[in-house]
Amino acid sequence: MLLFIALPIVSVLVQSVHTPHEAVLIETENCDPFGCTKSTAIDQDATQALRDEEPLGRFVGLEIYFDRGHLAVKEVAETWAKAEGIGNFFVNLNNLPFYRSMAFTLTFTFSVTPLMLVFGLMIALGVNALHQRLKGVLIFFSLLPMIVSPLIGSLVLFWMIDSRGIIGSALQWIFNDPALSLKASTGLTWVMLIVYGVWHAAPFSFIVFYAGLQTLPQDTLESAQIDGASRWQQVRYVIVPHLMPLITFVALMQLMDNFRVFEPIVGFNSEAHATSLSWFIFNDLGGETRLLSSAATSSVLTIIGVSILLAPVLVRTWRDFNAKS
Amino acid sequence: MSSTHVLARKRQSLGLKMLIWGFIGLWLIVAAFPFFWTLWGSFKMEADFFSKADWMNALTAPRTIAEHGRAFIGEAYNGAWVQEEFWRAVVNTALVCFFVVCTSLTIGTLGGYALSRSNYRYTFWLLITALIFRAMPPITLVAGYLLPFFEWNLWGHLATTVIVLVAINQPFTLWMLHSFFQKIPKELDESAKVDGCTQFQAFRHVIIPVMWPGVITTGLFSFLLAYNDFAVTSMLLSKENQTMVPKIASFLGTTQTEGNVMFAVSAVVSATAPLFILVLFFQRQIVSGLTQGAVKG
Amino acid sequence: MFMKKLVLASAAILMSGAAMAECKIDGRVSIVGNEFPAIHAVADGAKTCSGGEIKANLTADHQKINVAGMTGNPAEYTTAIIANSSIVALMNEDVIRPLDDLVAQHGRALKPNQLIKINGEIMAVAFMANAQHLVYRSDILEKAGVKPPKTYEEMLAGAKIIRDKGLLQHPLGGAYKAGWNLAQEFTNMYIGHGGEFFKPGTAEVAINNAAGVATLEMLKALSAYMNPDFLTHDSNATSAEWKAGNVAMMNMWGSRMGPLKDPEQSTPQVVATTTLGAPMTVGGGSTPATTLWWDGWTVSKNISSKDAEATFLAMMNGIDPSLLNDETTPLAVWLIDGYEPTPAAVGVFAAANMNARPYPMLPYQGLLHTALGAEIVDFMQGKESASQALADVEAAYTAAAREKGFLN
Repeated sequence: MLLFIALPIVSVLVQSVHTPHEAVLIETENCDPFGCTKSTAIDQDATQALRDEEPLGRFVGLEIYFDRGHLAVKEVAETWAKAEGIGNFFVNLNNLPFYRSMAFTLTFTFSVTPLMLVFGLMIALGVNALHQRLKGVLIFFSLLPMIVSPLIGSLVLFWMIDSRGIIGSALQWIFNDPALSLKASTGLTWVMLIVYGVWHAAPFSFIVFYAGLQTLPQDTLESAQIDGASRWQQVRYVIVPHLMPLITFVALMQLMDNFRVFEPIVGFNSEAHATSLSWFIFNDLGGETRLLSSAATSSVLTIIGVSILLAPVLVRTWRDFNAKS
Repeated sequence: MSSTHVLARKRQSLGLKMLIWGFIGLWLIVAAFPFFWTLWGSFKMEADFFSKADWMNALTAPRTIAEHGRAFIGEAYNGAWVQEEFWRAVVNTALVCFFVVCTSLTIGTLGGYALSRSNYRYTFWLLITALIFRAMPPITLVAGYLLPFFEWNLWGHLATTVIVLVAINQPFTLWMLHSFFQKIPKELDESAKVDGCTQFQAFRHVIIPVMWPGVITTGLFSFLLAYNDFAVTSMLLSKENQTMVPKIASFLGTTQTEGNVMFAVSAVVSATAPLFILVLFFQRQIVSGLTQGAVKG
Repeated sequence: MFMKKLVLASAAILMSGAAMAECKIDGRVSIVGNEFPAIHAVADGAKTCSGGEIKANLTADHQKINVAGMTGNPAEYTTAIIANSSIVALMNEDVIRPLDDLVAQHGRALKPNQLIKINGEIMAVAFMANAQHLVYRSDILEKAGVKPPKTYEEMLAGAKIIRDKGLLQHPLGGAYKAGWNLAQEFTNMYIGHGGEFFKPGTAEVAINNAAGVATLEMLKALSAYMNPDFLTHDSNATSAEWKAGNVAMMNMWGSRMGPLKDPEQSTPQVVATTTLGAPMTVGGGSTPATTLWWDGWTVSKNISSKDAEATFLAMMNGIDPSLLNDETTPLAVWLIDGYEPTPAAVGVFAAANMNARPYPMLPYQGLLHTALGAEIVDFMQGKESASQALADVEAAYTAAAREKGFLN
């Protein structure tokens, strides 16, 4: 594990403070099926000499962290200086890719995580209260959104939510608005991605909570019933405290996964309306010219972002841990 | 008195039962509908199933009937399984899943148990480190692996992919089993140790019998991760070692060719079917496994 | 029964014998490339060679693995199939070798226009061409009394008439998906306006000018006549719209024409009236607002000369004129000797005849493409002005180019 994850993290850190050498450019004449043109190319011999001197590339410190594609320190300062009022500042901040993506990522993370926890718990309680023989089938069908999601998401669901697809048409009919399109407006795209996120993640919390419910001490519950606790009170004061370690665990994992939201953005072609740090990395690595240092920087920022998000939960775990010992 | 009280409660909860049924029913529809829609559509032509004119075409299938004279066709399955040899991908997926689940559960169970029973500070930091590892976006990891794997000639093999998937999955497995073990009262193994068992014997005789809900759930997630992974498998496997998900993605590609899209749809259905059969077949084991370990506190 | 089998068997031997007439190789061949049908045909042709191991990894992710796969020594891939945009990445990393010696030895059958020369050295062998051009529905245009447009201005006027007459709500189509596709449309339109992307001889971007603003305004004007989801429509989705009969005019890739004219995939009405046109001009310019593309293969630098020779021979066999048959000919506009243009190829030929410009083969063009794809989206949604969007593109490009060492 150290080898496979610690090493890449170190190499990503190193990569994020280095950039490739200055490319030595030369005038060339290029010929292709359509004729010859004057063009520019990299002088490989000259560039190779630079590379051999410093194999890691140029050391640039935190320059990439602060450039426009990431924290954009200079641009933020300019925006701040030019802004007329705080509202105007945030509107202009939205023009910088990092802050625009943060707006979506944080909205996504903080709506999907609580919603999926609540849904998962409700489904787990519901399934647990039902007949034993049905449970296998119920569990399977409840897991479906997790099993078939990534590809179905990009193919079938994408068609279903089209304005001519079955869900899109149903929504147009419900809201009586024939021009309604989930893919055309930023707000609706966000809602769609959040709904998809909950749909996709609810089975995860469901199955964890369901397994947790099986270890619920029956006599505690019974004594609560005898004391006249209502259903709601039983859930609130017996079941939830019992599941607390699992809830913490699911919340940790979900905060992390939702912060790195990526597949739905690509699957639903919603790059125009919503981006995330993971999508930046994908975009940097996927272009014709790959931006390795920029991708590395985005990765480090992701790790930092996740650490900040998880800090409260971790502090809690730390306290529990100390209480235990 | 207490038993009548409970009975009264049971009778009283009929309305609640309806509510539960309604909620679960609704959830099942939401969860399973896209899948059944896909299953239905896999017997149609692309022009019908993905109709941009009217979604009703997916139900009535006018193009399919016009071309083939019937509303249900098996072309997509024939194409995926016979022409494109999808079964190879199925075998590869089975291998990858089996080894990923076994390896991560072995490490996870032993590690999770040890961590949950240890009071040293470093165990906490170990868990935190595991978490930070997990925060790393998988695409970055894979992009970093590519070059060394090519250079050391490790690229393309199933074994490499298994190791990478285990590494990516291990922090999760460790945390999850750690949480489960924490809920197993320490008194259990302490009393075993009082009876003269070593720590390992305590694990073997006391913990193993009650750990199944956690292990089964964790195993399920490891399985799903290996089964569904795209980022790692699509980049690290050569054509002949491809698992199902990258294979399905290759049916789609950037330039979709007529028919190939339907291969992907039928392959998605085919990829889900074995899970369905597995769950139906083993549902009693899964459910009892989840229930069996119930700790009477 | 026995006789029938014998006949079949000998027929099979004859056929395979014809295909691998002289292809004997001595070395390892490993191909990486994109996965569309024309490339599959080439790889299958290469695989008919005997004497060495031949593997092919054709995947949509080819650009993510080809550099890494050609960097090791010996390289995993002995050849990469690329286009004029993606050869740049291989050139930048210096992982492909000049082919002059191999061409002199084994490549005499190649036509001069198949040889891609960079700085005087042959770096790739092209086998197919592609370009975006006009496609229109003759029936709808006739009903509306609109002539097939020669310019984008005429296209806009025609779209207005079609909409006003109630024939179609969204008469125009286009691959305007945010990202690569949208950037490609910008590139086309900007070239049509006579714009230059960079200050000559440098990597300094220069698109925030009148041509750039006109380009954006035109793209936005066109998008008003498109399906409101246009920012999510790639070529696949746009073709699907076309086949469903929802679109009357669009600018589309020549390689997509085969499926559009395939009677199995659409209604007879749509198939019969789908007509190919030449690329359009814009803003009174004479350069068509499109780019010419080629696909070709390269040979890896980090392999033994034996493997390089084997690779060259196998790939030559892959693009042998015997490759062309009823099934493969319509797959692409081939640059191979003996190719007879099909009706689906007229658009690409028209583009070449109109002296359309090839997609720029510059080391930093890809960075600009990525920046365009991400930053002009806000303008297309009406969230900011054209000059602000162009300034954003320049800023994003500059940050990326500085990181890559193209700018200081």
